[in-house]
Parts: sequence; structure tokens; C-alpha cells
Amino acid sequence: MKKIGPPVDRVDGPLKVTGGARYAAEVPVARVAHAVLVLSTIARGRITGMDTGKAERAPGVLAVITHKNAMHLPPQPTRETRASQGDHVLQLLQDDHVLYNRQPIAIVVADTFERAQHAAHLVAVRYEAAPVDVDLLRTRTAARAPHPPYHGTVAQTLPVESRRGDVAAALAAAAVRVEEVYTIPAETHNPMEPHATIAVWHGPTHLTVYDSTQGVFEDQRKLAASLGLPRENVRVISHYIGGGFGTKGAVWSHVPLAAMAAQKVGRPVKLVLSRPQMFGPVGARPQIEQRVVIGAGRDGVLAAIRHEGRSSVSQFDQFCEHFTAPTRALYKCPNLDTTERVVSLDIATPCQMRAPGEVTGTFALESALDELAVKLAIDPLELRLRNYAETDPETGRPWSSKSLRQCYQTAAEKFGWSRKKPQPRSMVDGKLLVGWGMATATYPANVRPASAIATLFADGTALVRAGTQDIGTGTYTVMTQVAADALGLPVEKVRFELGDTDMPETPTSGGSCTAASVGSAVHQACLGAREKLARLGNGGGADPSVDEPFAAQLARHGMKRIEARYDAKQLETRDRYAMRAFGAQFVEVRVDPELGEVRVSRAVGAFAAGRILNAKTARSQLLGGMIWGISMALHENTVYDPKLGRIMNNDLSEYLVPVNLDIPAIDVLFVPEDDPYVNEIGVKGVGEIGITGMAAAVANAVYHATGRRIRDLPITLDKLL
Amino acid sequence: MREIRYLSVAAEGPAIRALQADTDATYLAGGTSLLDLMKLEVLNFAQLVDVNAIPLTKIEVSNDGARIGSMVRNSDLALHPEIAARYPLLSEALLSGASPQIRNMATVGGNLLQRTRCYYYRDPSTACNKRNPGSGCAAIDGYNRNHAILGTSDHCIATHASDMCVALAALDAVVHTQGPGGERHIPFAEFHRLPGDHPEIESVLQHGELITAVSLPPPTGLRQSRYLKIRDRASYAFALSAVAAALRIEGNLIRGARIALGGVGTKPWRAVEAEQALVGKPANRATFTLAAAETVRGARTRPHNAFKVELTRRAVVRALSTIRGAS
Ligand SMILES: Cc1cc2nc3c(=O)[nH]c(=O)nc-3n(C[C@H](O)[C@H](O)[C@H](O)COP(=O)(O)OP(=O)(O)OC[C@H]3O[C@@H](n4cnc5c(N)ncnc54)[C@H](O)[C@@H]3O)c2cc1C
Ligand code: SF4
Repeated sequence: MKKIGPPVDRVDGPLKVTGGARYAAEVPVARVAHAVLVLSTIARGRITGMDTGKAERAPGVLAVITHKNAMHLPPQPTRETRASQGDHVLQLLQDDHVLYNRQPIAIVVADTFERAQHAAHLVAVRYEAAPVDVDLLRTRTAARAPHPPYHGTVAQTLPVESRRGDVAAALAAAAVRVEEVYTIPAETHNPMEPHATIAVWHGPTHLTVYDSTQGVFEDQRKLAASLGLPRENVRVISHYIGGGFGTKGAVWSHVPLAAMAAQKVGRPVKLVLSRPQMFGPVGARPQIEQRVVIGAGRDGVLAAIRHEGRSSVSQFDQFCEHFTAPTRALYKCPNLDTTERVVSLDIATPCQMRAPGEVTGTFALESALDELAVKLAIDPLELRLRNYAETDPETGRPWSSKSLRQCYQTAAEKFGWSRKKPQPRSMVDGKLLVGWGMATATYPANVRPASAIATLFADGTALVRAGTQDIGTGTYTVMTQVAADALGLPVEKVRFELGDTDMPETPTSGGSCTAASVGSAVHQACLGAREKLARLGNGGGADPSVDEPFAAQLARHGMKRIEARYDAKQLETRDRYAMRAFGAQFVEVRVDPELGEVRVSRAVGAFAAGRILNAKTARSQLLGGMIWGISMALHENTVYDPKLGRIMNNDLSEYLVPVNLDIPAIDVLFVPEDDPYVNEIGVKGVGEIGITGMAAAVANAVYHATGRRIRDLPITLDKLL
Repeated sequence: MREIRYLSVAAEGPAIRALQADTDATYLAGGTSLLDLMKLEVLNFAQLVDVNAIPLTKIEVSNDGARIGSMVRNSDLALHPEIAARYPLLSEALLSGASPQIRNMATVGGNLLQRTRCYYYRDPSTACNKRNPGSGCAAIDGYNRNHAILGTSDHCIATHASDMCVALAALDAVVHTQGPGGERHIPFAEFHRLPGDHPEIESVLQHGELITAVSLPPPTGLRQSRYLKIRDRASYAFALSAVAAALRIEGNLIRGARIALGGVGTKPWRAVEAEQALVGKPANRATFTLAAAETVRGARTRPHNAFKVELTRRAVVRALSTIRGAS
């Protein structure tokens, strides 16, 4: 497998830097009209009147669509009947209810974007507003169990409760106990490219949509269902995506709304959300409060963990962060109770955000373990080694592979962890306090069914197609490598196409599953094409690059092409092994003891995630994850006005993410890992694991620097004054 | 799309006349504050009079002080060698603000009149006395982390967000204007207004009055200075608290002091009492701590900005104690 692994440059790189790569809103479509959403300015209540006259009369306006004149749609699923976690209940102008602030309540279509935008401001709305409840930490609303059922994919079928052993008894008997509460505010995805959709009807029953989406097939299903069309009448195309991070993994209201608008005006319609509109109607990480109780012996060996918490959800929909998932998998611990609850608030439905559950849960668990290490005066790394899970602690199954020990060792060595002085405030740099912290990183090795078609041409090139998406992770590039490797062709001879529901079906790019799932299908389809060729019985060897090139073989048979399809399923080894990627993350912070300013000055992460397809794109994913983890620890905070229920810091000037100066040099190290069981190509996925341990590692470093334990993210300077 | 009339002028006279003739017109300089707010439909003007072509772009530095044209870009001013040498406080303050791209566009005149970053001011769906007089103030009982603790009223608690202006306040700048009524020379402390009952009125400028220059007295004894800006990330963020400080130390005694604050006042905040508390005292931490307490005397806080009192005290001590010659 020599094409696999090397840091091949992005095959779509030249197109991207020269502007040749067309993102959803840039696809040239004749006669396209421009739509702008009008969003509610209250969080709960009813619309009692809407004056659209001024907007309708504004120059260039083609239509103003509200609940009064919107096309009537088939009934939507409710939170009880949703098919999957991604199947959100949408706001499609079917009634006068307002369920959250910045809910779409009208759509204005005009001949230019500027005219549509101005007319959208002219829509005057009267409301009957009700008091709102948007703050998880202050609400009086009781937590409840998330509504079953969760159908569908792996990550969505995780139980919201789990029990093993006898936690109460073990806690009562434990020599030491840590019990703390950790909180995380809502966080808002901010992919560089906002949500964008162009809807084009071909007659009354056939629709093509160019959308910035992490899941063309999910988009297709949802569009068809909400508009009452057969699925095959809807085609979704998404060739380039400027980041998704989960917000584009679900289908939100604006997508069907763009189609409704296009139908109304009888022209293609383009709808792009503005940056401020990204704060509300397209998901966020929920607010989460977690309590972790740990009982352990004096030697640090874990006796029991109780991990329970609640996360915010909307009043009308369903989403639960599985924040206890890492706790169930990370350490050997005979007694464990986990409980996930939700609280319905007057907010829009939250959704997946990079490493949902894994990063939030890890923040709580790995902070609590650090507190235990402090209590016992045991080195935090040593504490983790004493509780190393040789097998999956939940199922008892062997790991398909686990190289966490090597990750700890590799990262610790690079970081120089052994030189740590254990006492808080004991390391300084001039007037600044220096702190070192570490945490474990983990992410499940998800695989979902995926298909691909490989076609070999007589000119010696190959085309491989799968409907999947490249959300910036490098799918184009790594799939080209996987195919080239299986075909024994140079990378330049292989073209990989994606992002179209007319191509073979693949899963939504979420849960770090694309490389593994689609990669397996691509690999097998390519092998299938070679096999087909071999079966022609012309003596074609097993390796056409070594033996007779397949071009010559095809020519001899008078064939222009040969094609093979593969439908990858989960391997049956899935039932026998537990599968996760692991890593170790070490962070150094410098804290100004008087002013409370925290800067991360160094970070090292070592990861074992099966086979690495491309050292460059994988590094970028892990690096991006680590940077985001720093952001989560120190910066990100979606702030709701308590009375308006409206997100107030809804731009990138006030919603802070790190700038270059906030991010130090970061070391990303790969621990080689050969996993024959996860899938055909031995890949575990690296899209999300990079963020998972970082927030805890930063918080632990801040504790070591200052002696102050901040359990409430983000760690802003006021909390350290 | 709202049609906006646009007029580009190359001299003061036509600019002033254009505004005199149209009460719904305003000057457009770098546009980094104005255009942003027009896109949000927070500010709505029927006419923009573009003053970028007026050659008020000179920086003159002499022994009598400095005179800076109102159209000088923030980056040009910050990096001007004589300004950087004689008024390092001003350079530092400018360079701590915004981003290189914004500083390349932003002008001295525009910076003086930049609007607040109050979240509610920027959101036309909310109550805001500054944007919509008489509608109330959503920030007082809302989210007020970036709001002021000094100079507030019951009607508005928004900060003046400029860094440059904090340095200008400390340096005793004078704002020169030309308007329908002729020239004016406005001492910096009088240029911005407190919100009081009329937060919508932010300065003493009359409609049509054009800022032509800012002048600075000679920096006698003010060269030992420090601009300290504290914020939620390392760069490209507005100040939670900022301190412009300068000390003249002779022997071990403070003979002259200037302190102005940013991020905490409804206008660029000169802390005169704190300066008085420093003069004649030894330049040590005890003195600085006393002076720091003076800076926030009378502060009125809201739940999310209460930390600024302690933060500002500490920032003042830090700024003063890191000035060369202080201990
Ligand atoms: C994302 C972002 C971050 C920022 N961060 C910071 C920061 O950290 N610190 C900081 O200090 N600033 C910051 N700023 C603000 C920036 O400094 C101001 O926007 C800029 O200084 C305004 O100058 P301008 O020339 O672009 O003004 P314009 O936007 O053109 O004008 C602003 C106002 O001044 C009036 N005006 C302009 N020139 C004159 C004149 N000669 N006479 C009379 N009236 C005039 C205009 O009519 C208008 O009302 C930031 C801005 C942005 C957008
Ligand atoms: S603080 Fe001032 S600017 Fe902000 S909402 Fe209140 S009145 Fe408006």
C-alpha cells in the first residue's frame, strides 16, 4: 500500500486556490433569483401580524413568502416520530408559532441579493411574546430522559443510561472521592463558508439542489419528505464545502425554504445565510452540565464512577449529546453509572459539533481525573496508566487495536512531561505562571454502509465515484490515493468524483466515518474492477502496473472500459471487537497571575487511529481539532440574552475563536497502528479525535499553573482574577 | 436595496456645504465603522459624502508638538517614525486595535467617532436608546460583559471602544474642526459626551462639522509610557480594560502622571484623580495601588462587567509599574 500514507498534496488544491472550485453559492445558474430569510426576533410566542407590503413593493422584489402564503406541505415528523437524530423538525412557514429566536418566519426573493436583503428588513412583524427560558444553569425546568426512539446509525443508538456493578456501595467504600460539576456553554459552529443553497426546479416535480452539506443523501431524503416528492426526483449536488463541523450534517429549514421560494417565483433561487444568521437556526453545541463522582483507592485505582448530566434541547425537537460515551470506554472501572438527560428550552435545536459527546464528556471526566490525581498526589499520567483498560470496560470485548500506551509515551516524551514539578504555581517564566496539563483523547471508529463504483478506461486512467462529501478534510485526495493504491496506478491517473446523489450512496460525513466507510468501498470497488479484468482470462496479472497495463488488456478485448461496484457493509468483526481511536494530549499554558490572561504556549498530541491515509491531510485534521480544543477551553461562548432568548454575540468580532497569536506551535505525532478488524482498509478516522482531550488538558494546565480549578468553560480571565 | 446618494469631495468647503444642504447626509472616511453599521441597518443615511480625497493626510511633528491630519490612516500614524519615537503611547494604542487590514482603512477622524460595540446597539430588533432614542436599554438587564462601569447613566452603559482615543485622552490632544460656523479647537476631554439622557449624542460636533486634524502638545515628560490592553484573546479583540499611562519620574518621585482608561468608560476616560494621587509620591507599588483605586472610584457595575473593577485596578498597577524608571 505505497500510495497510502504519504503526504500527497490535495488534488483539489490548485482549483481551490485559483477560484476554480465552485462552492454551492458559486455554481452558475441561469436566471437565479436571490432569497434572504427573515428571522424572528422573539424566542417564544406567536406572530400576530406581518406587514409585507413595503417589502413587496420594494424594487426588484419577486415574492415575500410567509406562513400566510407559503405552499402547504405534508405533515413533518415530530420529535417523537423522527427517523434519526439528523432528522430535524423544521420551521417551514406552516403556522404562526415562534419556537426560538432567529427562527425563519419569512423569505424574501428579489432579482439581486442587495434588494432582497433590504426588502427583508422592511418586513414588519408583530408578535405576542411569551416569557422565555434559555439558560440551562438557571432554568427551573426539570431534566427529562431524551425521547426514544433513536433509529439509525451507530452514534445515534448509544444508550442514554448505563450501569455496571454497584456504584453506591463502591463509592461508600472508596478511600478517596472526587465529586464535581462541570459546565459548558452553547458553542456555535462557524465554518468559513456559511450555509448556502441554490434550488432549481425542472417542472413541478423534479428538483436539483446545490447545497453546502455534509450529507447529500440525507439532504435528498429530507427535501423529498418535506416537499412531498419521491426521493428519486430530488438531486443534491455538493462538490466543495468550506467546512461543516456538524452544522451541515443536519438539514435545516433554509434548504426546503429555498426550494419553496424557487417554486413560488418560477426561477432558480439562491439562499445564503449571513454570518449573524448562522447563530441560531442552524444548530449549536448544546449547553451541558455534568456531575462526575469518582471513588478510588489510595493507589489511584478506580473503584467507581458516576457520570450524569443534562444538555439543552429545543421545545419541539430532539437532540442528546452522548457525553458519557468516553467515560464508558476509557478506563478500567468495575462500577459505573451513567445518565444523560435533556432539558427543553426556548432555543433552536442543537446538533452535532465536532466530536459531540466525546469532547464534552472527556472535558468533565479528564478534569475530574486530574482532580483525583491532585488529591492522591499521583502524577496524572501515572494515574491513567494504573487504570488502563486492556479490554473494552463496557463489553469486555478485546480492542480491535489500542495503542494508547504508546501515545502516552510518545507525547509525554516529546513534551518533556517527566520534568514536571507537581506543585501548582511551582513553575514560572519571569512573572508568568507556567502550567502543564494532559488528558486522554478518544473517538469511536465508526463505519457506515457506503458504495462506490470504479471504472477503468482504455486510456489507462480510472474514474472512481461515490456520492460522498469533502468537507475540507481531504476526501478527494485520500480516495484518489486509496483507489490508485488498489489499482496500482499513479495518483495522477485516477480521478475521484463525489458530492452527487446520482452517484453511489454513502453516509453523511459525520462521526469521522467517511475515510473508513467510503475508503473501504473505494478500495473494494477498485479491486473488483481488477478482478473482473483478470477474469476475462487474458493472462492479465494481479497487478496491472507490474504486468500488462490494464489499458492494453482492455484494448485486446476491444473494450473501452470496465466497471465494478462495491457496497461496503460493516465487517462482522464489529461484533467481536471494540473499536476506538486513542490519543494523548499535553498542553503548556502561561498565565498572568495578576491579570488572569491565559495563553497556550505549547501543545503536543500523539494519536493512534489505524492506518493514516495521508500524513498531510490527517495532520491538518488533528491540528485543527487541537486548535479548536484550545478555542473551546479559552474562548467559545454563545451568549443568549436572558429575556430575549437571542444570541447576542452573533458575529466573529464578538464570538471569539483564536487568532494566530493565540495558537502556539503544535506537535502532532502519529503512533503507527495496524488494525485488521475495523474495516477493509484499517482506517479509524481522524476528523474529530484531535479536539477531544484538549479542553481538559488546558483546564488541567491552568490548574497546575494557578492552583485554581475552572470547571466552567470557557476559562476567561475574569474567572482567574 | 436602498439607494444612497454618494458624493466624493476633494476639499473641506464642498464637504461641509454638502452636509449643510442635507440633514440626512454624513461623512464617509475609511468606512470600517459606518458601512458596517449601514449594512446592519443600524445607521441609515440618504447620502454619503466621501472625504477620502481631501488631502488632510499630513503628519507634522516639531518641538511645538504634533499635528495629525484627520484623514491619516491608523496604520500610517502608528508606524510614523517620529510619532513612534515621541508619542509611543499613541503608536502602541493604535497597533493594539483591530487588525492590519482595518487599520489600513481606518482614519483618525473616523476612529474618534467610531460607534460602540454594544451588542444591542448593533441589533435593530432590540431596545436601545442610542440607536432609537427613548426605546430603552436592553443591555442594562441583558448581557453586559463589554459594557462600561464609568460614566454610565440609567439610559446607556455602552463603552467607547477606541484604543487610539485612550492615548489621545492621556496626551491632552486637541480636536480641530471646520464647520458651517467656522473653525473650532476642542480639548479632547470635551470632545466626547457622557450618555446622560441623550446617549444618541456622542460628541460635541454639530451636523456638518468636519474634523480636520488632531494636535498634540509636546510630549514633555510623557515619553516614559505604556499602553496596556487586556482582552479575551491575544489580538483582534476590543479591550475589556485598557490603560494608557505615562510618568515623569525625578529622583524617585513622580513629578507628572497621566492615566486614561479604555474599555470601561462611556467615553475615553481620563483618570484625573488617580493622576493627582501619584504626583509627589515615590514611584512604587504602594503608590500605584492607591492611584489604581482612584481610577475606579464611583464605578457602577452590572452582573457581567463587575470584574472590570478589579481588572482595571490591577491593569493600572501593572501599566504603571512596567513604565521604565518605575519600580
Ligand atoms: C472587526 C473590527 C474590530 C475593531 N477593533 C478595534 C479595536 O480593537 N480597537 C479600536 O480602537 N478600534 C477597533 N475597531 C474600530 C476601528 O478602529 C474604527 O472602525 C475606525 O477607526 C473608524 O475609522 P473609519 O475611518 O473607517 O471611519 P468611518 O467608518 O468612515 O466613519 C466613522 C464615523 O466617523 C465619521 N467621520 C469620519 N471621518 C470624519 C471627519 N473627518 N469628520 C467628521 N466626521 C467623520 C463618519 O461620518 C462616521 O460617523 C474595529 C473595527 C472593526 C470593524
Ligand atoms: S448600553 Fe447604550 S448602546 Fe447599548 S443598548 Fe443600552 S442604550 Fe443602547
